[in-house]
Amino acid sequence: MYVFTTTNNYIQILPDLWIGFLYTLLITIVGVLIGFVLGALFGLMRISKNKVIYGIATVYIEIVRGTPLLVQIFFIYYGLSDLTGINLDKLTASILAIAANAGAYIAEIVRGAIQSVEKGQMEAGRSLGLSSRQTMRYIIWPQALRRMIPPLGNQFIISLKDTSLFSAIAVTDIMYQGRQYASSTFAYFESYLMVGVFYLIITIPSMLILRQYERRFERE
Amino acid sequence: MIEVRDLHKSFGETEVLKGLSTTIEEKEVVCVIGPSGSGKSTFLRCLNMLEDITSGQVIIDGYDLTDSKTDINLVRSEVGMVFQHFNLFPHMTVLENIILAPQKVRGLTKGEAEKNALPLLGKVGLKDKAQAYPDSLSGGQKQRVAIARALAMNPKVMLFDEPTSALDPELVGEVLGVMKDLAQEGMTMVVVTHEMGFAKEVGDRVFFIDEGIFVEEGPPEQIFDNPQNERTQGFLSKVL
Repeated sequence: MYVFTTTNNYIQILPDLWIGFLYTLLITIVGVLIGFVLGALFGLMRISKNKVIYGIATVYIEIVRGTPLLVQIFFIYYGLSDLTGINLDKLTASILAIAANAGAYIAEIVRGAIQSVEKGQMEAGRSLGLSSRQTMRYIIWPQALRRMIPPLGNQFIISLKDTSLFSAIAVTDIMYQGRQYASSTFAYFESYLMVGVFYLIITIPSMLILRQYERRFERE
Repeated sequence: MIEVRDLHKSFGETEVLKGLSTTIEEKEVVCVIGPSGSGKSTFLRCLNMLEDITSGQVIIDGYDLTDSKTDINLVRSEVGMVFQHFNLFPHMTVLENIILAPQKVRGLTKGEAEKNALPLLGKVGLKDKAQAYPDSLSGGQKQRVAIARALAMNPKVMLFDEPTSALDPELVGEVLGVMKDLAQEGMTMVVVTHEMGFAKEVGDRVFFIDEGIFVEEGPPEQIFDNPQNERTQGFLSKVL
């Protein structure tokens, strides 16, 4: 079989995929961290009683969730530079795109987690004389954060896989590196098999850690 | 200490409180009884503005709660509240539950707040539970922690919203015992309760509330032994 006659390809692709691996991790980790900050902000805005603040967050979330990520990365990388004259490099554009995208989904995770904290907790805090901001900070948020961890872990895995789309703007992530190798060697099977393996190297441990946390969480 | 003038409260179209007026003196223990849905909890929750007041006035220790210039957080810090479902903070230890508000609202240091908290834990009989988490406590213990937490703010008034209704019968006594001690120390208390024995024994005055109005009020002997109003008689014949 063809596959087994070209075992060299499995080795030769490794340095390329290693670079891609670093890029994918960098984009995902920095992007999701920024996305979490955005998500916390928009999530809090979504539970605001102020209609304008609520409206801004809702529009943002609906736009991001209602358009494909591929459109979003093209818009940020090509569209925004056209409009502002500022040329973002591919890496920055990728990080911004995944941050903006994950931010919208995380906002809903944050909103849901905060709203899942019993109403009595807010009342207890307020009845002690704490302001609503203090009650949020010391009582509601810490409880909500623990409930957010499992869905945030899922979002990390989803975002990680989503970054493969950014190969379309030639950022040198796992997917792009694999594609380059494949088209120069015609070793498509080996290349994309190894691309898959490299994603799994991140996703499988992530899922295991997540499951561990959930199990501990359930016991408490 | 507490003055309520023509208090009305509506939820949407439904009027729950239909003009309540009363005065509660310092060191007085008032028990509020009545059928479920009568508005007794809503009345209590209006006393620290956990419910918005639709119309009327509530004046506590000279502060008019309905005046928009009143610092509501300041008033609440002087009014302790104990809830039916305890509402302890599950992510904090018993001690942390108690010292949070004294630190954040009163500005005490952790050390000062702890120094005040430990005698309170002793008072409710839970000195050895300072480092425990609420999940590991029984209902009665939780409610006693909740009382200590409220007392840590040195409140001028304590509000109790059916404090024993969520407890197993054998745990009711320990909570009522703590409340009785408080009453004897001269705490001003408003207690919404189904515990008629407690109201009879500890209450200075009993309010019977039905369909959003005070139907009858008076010393416990009068309300329980010689009720004047037909609705009071009907209610008591069902619960006693």
